[in-house]
Amino acid sequence: MIAVLMILIPLLGGIISFFLKKGNTARSFSLLSAVVTMVIMLYGMLAPKGTTLLSFSADWLPMLGTRFSLEADGIARVLTLLTAIAYPLILVSTWQHTYKNANRFFGFMLLTQAGLMGVFLATDALLFYFFWELALIPVYFLCSIWGGERRIPVTFKFFIYTFIGSLLMLVGIIYVYSKTADHSFALDSFYHATLTGGEQSWLFWMFFVAFAIKMPIFPFHSWQPDTYEQSPTATTMVLSGLMVKMGIFAVIRWLLPLLPVGVNNWAVSVSFLSVIGIIYASLIALKQDDMKRLIAYSSIAHIGLMSLALFANNNVGMQGVVIQMFNHGINIIALWIVVEMIEQQFGTRKMSELGGIAQKAPALALLFVIVALANIALPLTNGFVGEFLMFNGIFTSTAYDGNYTLFGTWHLNAANLGIIFTILAGIGIILSAVYTLRAIQKVLYGETNNLTAGGRDIKVNEKWVLAVIVAVIIIIGIYPQPLLDVSHGAVTEVLQKADIGNLIKK
Amino acid sequence: MENILALAWLVPLLPFLGFVVIGLGRKYFSKNITGILGSGVVLVSFIFSLILFFDVRNGITGDGIVHYFNFIKVANISIPFEFQVDALSSLFLLIITGVGFLIHVYSVAYMHEEKKEHFGRYFAYLNLFIFFMLLLVMGANYVVMFMGWEGVGLCSYLLIGFWFKNNDFNYAARKAFIMNRIGDLAFLIAVFWIISIVGNANFSDVFEFARLKEFTATDITVITLLLFIGATGKSAQIPLYTWLPDAMAGPTPVSALIHAATMVTAGIYMIARSNILFSMAHHTQTVIMVIGTATALLAASIALRQNDIKKVLAYSTVSQLGYMFIALGTGAYVAAVFHVMTHAFFKALLFLGSGSVIHAMGGEQDIRKMGGLRKKMPVTYWTFLLGCIAIAGVPPLSGFFSKDAILLSAFEHNRIIYAAALFGALLTAFYMFRLCFITFNGKFRGTAEQEHHLHESPATMTIPLIILAALSVLGGWVGIPELIMNGGDHLSTFLSPVIALAKDGHGVSHSTEWMLMGLSTGLVLIMIYFAWNRYGRYKEEKETAVGKILANKWYVDEIYNKIIVNPVSKLGSWLEEGMEKTGIDAFVNNVGRGVNYLSRHFRYLQSGQVGSYILLMVLSILLFFAYQFFIK
Repeated sequence: MIAVLMILIPLLGGIISFFLKKGNTARSFSLLSAVVTMVIMLYGMLAPKGTTLLSFSADWLPMLGTRFSLEADGIARVLTLLTAIAYPLILVSTWQHTYKNANRFFGFMLLTQAGLMGVFLATDALLFYFFWELALIPVYFLCSIWGGERRIPVTFKFFIYTFIGSLLMLVGIIYVYSKTADHSFALDSFYHATLTGGEQSWLFWMFFVAFAIKMPIFPFHSWQPDTYEQSPTATTMVLSGLMVKMGIFAVIRWLLPLLPVGVNNWAVSVSFLSVIGIIYASLIALKQDDMKRLIAYSSIAHIGLMSLALFANNNVGMQGVVIQMFNHGINIIALWIVVEMIEQQFGTRKMSELGGIAQKAPALALLFVIVALANIALPLTNGFVGEFLMFNGIFTSTAYDGNYTLFGTWHLNAANLGIIFTILAGIGIILSAVYTLRAIQKVLYGETNNLTAGGRDIKVNEKWVLAVIVAVIIIIGIYPQPLLDVSHGAVTEVLQKADIGNLIKK
Repeated sequence: MENILALAWLVPLLPFLGFVVIGLGRKYFSKNITGILGSGVVLVSFIFSLILFFDVRNGITGDGIVHYFNFIKVANISIPFEFQVDALSSLFLLIITGVGFLIHVYSVAYMHEEKKEHFGRYFAYLNLFIFFMLLLVMGANYVVMFMGWEGVGLCSYLLIGFWFKNNDFNYAARKAFIMNRIGDLAFLIAVFWIISIVGNANFSDVFEFARLKEFTATDITVITLLLFIGATGKSAQIPLYTWLPDAMAGPTPVSALIHAATMVTAGIYMIARSNILFSMAHHTQTVIMVIGTATALLAASIALRQNDIKKVLAYSTVSQLGYMFIALGTGAYVAAVFHVMTHAFFKALLFLGSGSVIHAMGGEQDIRKMGGLRKKMPVTYWTFLLGCIAIAGVPPLSGFFSKDAILLSAFEHNRIIYAAALFGALLTAFYMFRLCFITFNGKFRGTAEQEHHLHESPATMTIPLIILAALSVLGGWVGIPELIMNGGDHLSTFLSPVIALAKDGHGVSHSTEWMLMGLSTGLVLIMIYFAWNRYGRYKEEKETAVGKILANKWYVDEIYNKIIVNPVSKLGSWLEEGMEKTGIDAFVNNVGRGVNYLSRHFRYLQSGQVGSYILLMVLSILLFFAYQFFIK
């Protein structure tokens, strides 16, 4: 039942919000909706194991073989929890912002939340696709109506990108559906669909392109920095903190167990793309002046690491990815909050125009530094736990070894690729320290200038939001085990399905 | 037994609480309260450390492992959060909290001109540093150690950049953090390597694995090499040493505590802790020995021509760390730990002494503008002089015993390394007394204004100096060689449960040992005489070609910038301009433009707003589904 409420509350909340007249009312109402969602989700997390609270199934379109079925396995639970927690944080931290037609803005925001929840919960392919679109489409509006100066071309690019991805995925879904024994869209039927190795090989890309664009993975990423930069900050938070997880989550639930042979064929190619992406994005991040773009590229690098660990196809790596999805969501939202506070106050995000803020706003400086340290995965912050596990997974992975043809062109006889990937991705870790500390120095330290001399510290509500996030960062950094336990069973299960066992590598 | 070890968690927790309380209350606490609180928690930690130390010494703590909780336990990996209080860690606990306490006390006077919130920030960072350092040495596995390892790096970063208005200081801080991170990556990869074989990173399990010879030779070599690369970052060895001299941008007590006495010795601690692994990896040992020797000589040569009082001490630290690595490379782990200890005493003393000088000179650090400070600052002078004698290795001061142990071990292994190390020791004596004489002897060369203000530092600063001077004199007596006093080497005995006394092969005869001692002592005394001759009365140093290279630190920073920093930066620009904008993005945009072009021809079909169509589409889909779901 809780699973349904997770979708229903934001959906109805969003629709109601459209009909509210006053902007302030809509804002309060959306926060109320988000808080109710969060409380129910937290209750769901505490529910004893084995209860059916977190799953749901009902007839929907029987003539198509599709059911309205939802299930929160351990992995989905981590992500719905993230979505449920993130929304109140996002709404409170952008409270001061005023929007034209605020009722619509908040309506779209809540619809997106409903879509996100649906994506994480759906165990029916058609339903999954439906929610996937439901999550995306409001975002087009949010960007194109409330975005920055260049919002129209940027949203258009974002639209083209994601639309192409979605279409490919739809084709893929329909094809797999046609191969199911019982002509059903159910996840289980999909897992048991009879697909030859050749079919799996091309189907892989039908699905993966859609997911890769969403994550995004190099070279499917170029919508992302522009979109992050141009969207209103609240939307950017949703996009970067939550929506990118759709892609990664989809790989876990809808790709690895569904097309094990296809995954096996392409894992190394995708891993190479991921590694290139890590270094590529980190190097470009070194050169950014706009804080939003810096975080955007930093995020591409982080997601690259998650993708790499995902295709390592082992338990430790995937555990790392799952907890890192949560952590990355929390941390990047915190970074945006900091950027938003700085931009609201000084009217610029350009690091070259800032400086010396630590003198004027010590509390902001302290919180910014902690969040930045979590971003570069310092031990005892949440970032470390995820990266540590992911790197462990990558390092020990045997998924990369064997004889391969990369992208159908280059032959490769690979052994110990895991170690090489670890080192290459590790260079990204070093670079992340370089660009993060550079940003801290440029923004916080040094002498104040004309612009920053009149700065003030953050307000109480902002302080509390950030303090809560910092607490989460440190608690998970010190004692991550409870969160790891949530997803442990589900990860094991997914990997069992994804295990090609004695299928011979091609 | 359990009751005693139950105290262990308090040792790091107290400084951590100090950090939290001072950090949150820094605007409200007076400087006195902050100072008492900050120093007090470290003092209590020190008392607990003492209790633990004596219990370890009496052998009533067993293996000393205390389990707290599972940090990470998934699949086949298990990383418990455990402490290990044994001979090695309890000794380091004493050094960290003991020297740490003295430096906290000293700081109260040294930093008194700061505003109270910055004063509080300083003590909060310092307490946090002590916490992480304790975590580093108390961790019972490589992961907990790594938490401390990166944590001390963070504190070092924060404290180097403590005066954050100055961007040069900020650059120095960043450089330190990043160079450490390079080493840290190697450390981490070593940890992954270990975990992939052992399944965890507990010292006890890893070393048991090694004892049972379950690692292949390649595994051992690679793991130890990677760990060593990690150590070169933290302990400032070639090629990652250049951050340490720049780190002198931080307040001087920080240089004393972090960049001389404790943090930079973390690499030595880590290798001594892993001595079982390193003893099995002969190739790695050779690498360590060579790098240690090269670093010792390179840094000593640079120290000859530095004029910043702290820079001389910084290069001296790099050089002394090199000696510790020589010891590690030759298998003399106890000698390395011994030198860590004595070095902590005399180098903390020298740094605090230099701080006292800088304090008196109103921030001046250039020794060419000092001179004659002896009369005005007698306590500083005499303690500083004792520090110089100790580091030069004159018996019976502490430096003599530890350095002698290292030289002896080098002699047993490789005569060339021995000769180089001895030569380095002579350079050490020379540059230290050059520093001492230029600063304290001759006539005062500063401004009249400075001369007017010259004064001996207050008691909170001089008392730590006196205590450290006493330790610098006496500290070596815990490790008197068997040759001189039977049963005098308490340190080796104490550390024997952790560090197996593996004297492989050629011990040297007693007469040789006496001769070596005599040789080094004699030569050091001659060097001190030379230094007195040259600098007893200050004359300006002549510009020579070699002198210029040394003064410019062999241009290593410039070379690094040319071959690493600039190319990476250029690559970043090129990727952004060449790839991202004109490659990938242009391709996508052109596709978009194409679509746009086509759509223009279909415009009459539309109202011109893609948006309203999508909305319409979504709403109709929604309605359709809802209809199917609820009505049907």
